[in-house]
Amino acid sequence: MSLLSDPRFTEALSHLADYLGSHLRVSIAALALGLIVSFPLALLARNRPALRNLLLGVASVVQTVPGLALLALFYPLLLALAALSLRWFGLSFSAFGFLPAVLALALYSMLPVLRNTITGLDGVDAGLIEAAKGVGMTERQALTMVELPLALPVIMAGIRTAAVWVIGTATLSTPIGQTSLGNYIFAGLQTQNWVLVVFGCVAAAVLALVVDQLLALIENGLRARSRARVGLGTATIALMVGASLLPSLAGSAARYTIGAKTFTEQYVLAALLSERLQASGLSAASRAGLGSSVIYGALKSGDIDLYVEYSGTLWANQFHHTEQLPRAALLDALKADLARDKVTLLGELGFENAYALVMPRKKAEALGIRSIADLVRHTSQMSIAGDYEFFSRPEWAALRDAYGLAFRTQRQMQPDFMYAAVASGEVDVIAGYTSDGLIAKYDLVVLDDPRQAIPPYDAILLLAPKRADDRALQEALRPLLGRIDIATMQQANLRASGNDAESSPQAVARWLWSKIAK
Amino acid sequence: MPPTPLITYSNVRKRFPGPAGAVVAVDDVSLEIAEGEFLAIVGGSGSGKTTLLRLTNRLIEADSGTIRIAGEDINGIDPVGLRRRIGNVFQSGALFPHMTVAANIGITPKLLGTPASEIAARVDDLLDLVQLDRKAHRDRLPDALSGGQRQRVGVARALAARPRIVLMDEPFGALDPLTRDTLGSDYRALHEKLALTTVMITHDITEALLLADRIAVMRSGRLVEVGTPTELAGSREPYVSELMTTPRRQAARLKALLPESGAA
Repeated sequence: MSLLSDPRFTEALSHLADYLGSHLRVSIAALALGLIVSFPLALLARNRPALRNLLLGVASVVQTVPGLALLALFYPLLLALAALSLRWFGLSFSAFGFLPAVLALALYSMLPVLRNTITGLDGVDAGLIEAAKGVGMTERQALTMVELPLALPVIMAGIRTAAVWVIGTATLSTPIGQTSLGNYIFAGLQTQNWVLVVFGCVAAAVLALVVDQLLALIENGLRARSRARVGLGTATIALMVGASLLPSLAGSAARYTIGAKTFTEQYVLAALLSERLQASGLSAASRAGLGSSVIYGALKSGDIDLYVEYSGTLWANQFHHTEQLPRAALLDALKADLARDKVTLLGELGFENAYALVMPRKKAEALGIRSIADLVRHTSQMSIAGDYEFFSRPEWAALRDAYGLAFRTQRQMQPDFMYAAVASGEVDVIAGYTSDGLIAKYDLVVLDDPRQAIPPYDAILLLAPKRADDRALQEALRPLLGRIDIATMQQANLRASGNDAESSPQAVARWLWSKIAK
Repeated sequence: MPPTPLITYSNVRKRFPGPAGAVVAVDDVSLEIAEGEFLAIVGGSGSGKTTLLRLTNRLIEADSGTIRIAGEDINGIDPVGLRRRIGNVFQSGALFPHMTVAANIGITPKLLGTPASEIAARVDDLLDLVQLDRKAHRDRLPDALSGGQRQRVGVARALAARPRIVLMDEPFGALDPLTRDTLGSDYRALHEKLALTTVMITHDITEALLLADRIAVMRSGRLVEVGTPTELAGSREPYVSELMTTPRRQAARLKALLPESGAA
């Protein structure tokens, strides 16, 4: 089977216009903003050593912040600003998606523009600046007629570096809700769909190269004073931005936006919700790959309309409760919390995706371990692995304190790799997810939690405040409530972790519905 | 009674901040330059000759003293306008490398708002004047020219706005001896033809003696002596006598090598 007829490739291609367009819009907006801010700053700072050192210092520090962290930080910052703006001026804006992405990426683009503009102007021969004054130019004329044209190659090199950085880093804006080519990469990484990952990477690289070459054309034209080349380069970039606006107009026509976090089960459930809405004649689009801390805020502010959450996660991480409650009591308490945010808890899907300590069955039997309590005397010789957030979540602290766990080492891993790692003996225990299909695949065992240190994690369907009275939506979703048991979800997740045509979230969602609808 | 001098320096002083306290670059210099005169300023590096030249068109400002041009204190003249009125030839040309020969020559008229067609005609005239072929050179970039051609363009640029005064900072210093000599005498001819007043800086006393009407000798910011070549030859000032040693010896050698009656 050739790559072009692979359904994963056709699926990837079907999202290209949307992802590429959004990626281009956010990148160009960030680059333009970065230029508008940094260029005058560089001119201002040129003959002021203190300001110049300060600017370059700040820009360098920004550059050392990893792109993902910088983007993630802008979300809470804007959330706070949006709250202030609403209180003071009665104006509200969305802290989700485009705005934080543009701001963070613009900040990221500043260093190369600032540094190259300053060094480019510094590199102009002092004798020529003296000559410019000597023939009767004002300071401004000397800048525009002599200094800037001579510094142009260095300045343009900075702008081109910034463009490539911004386009590359924009793939990381997916978790804060900005659709980008990163959607391919995040989705592919989570569902082990390598075709999708490669597709996303190649698309981003091609876009970066094209924009770089167009900027080179403009630079060339400026240097050769060729209006044709400058015009062609600028017009092509404008045309690309213009074209990117078209699919977005079409895309924004979808009435409901379904959110999904960054792991396999969420991709599958988002596909299932989407299919159910469409089956009821409601148009739906999904915003997948959202960060765990971003997604609830996005629902509350109406940027997304619905998503599947887990009760324990909301309880501990969103509402910061530390007390442990039984399953039903926790759900009731949670409903009260959600009501305060005007978020509707439509109901439970029927399964629980809890954190659990997991180890190979054979090893557990050999050591006589059945529960976490049995594990305690072995932990000083054992290593544990968890996902990126587990060890900083309150559940880990509760679990550790309840049993007195003290592992020799703890490691963080990409969730889908943990299971293979524990099966191969790379680590001894992992903090896995109970609904994960890989538990069965690798013959692993979930250890009991007799002290109930880990809170319940019922999968629940949440609706945005503006959908509280939307009967059509709620009727479309009701057939899902209470219908998905843990075994079915495990099987679905296992299917989705495959690497073939049947493993796309859409295909698995169709399979899942066929099981439920019986 | 001689006519009013075109350029007058009266007790001009300029200090620059240095690592070991202020350095006096120009120390109480008074000097008059007559209209139509060709004055060379000679001195070693650090003698203050370049500083004196830069003070003349307000590229830098004097700490004290006055400089007058045609009787007018230059502090009362807008510095940008002043520079457009004075021709300026820089060391090794200092042509703008991103502009064609024509754009370089036409820059000051362009800044003055002269119409483009008028500038184009003026550029062609100037190329003729400095003996560069119009067609071959007009649209070239400075990089494509030889050192001598570059400096001819530099001279044309300085003359473009029809100045009365031309300031030259070691204009021929970087050229080979033959080109240097040709260019020097060609410029001297232009000086006569256009009735210019020229102030030229050089560290080469021989060049000064051959080209200038009068020579001002500077050392450590002070004006040591001003005079015609003949007056300088008779100077008792030890530094001036020392400066004259080289040209004297060269003259004697050349006389011995090239007897007047002999045909080479």
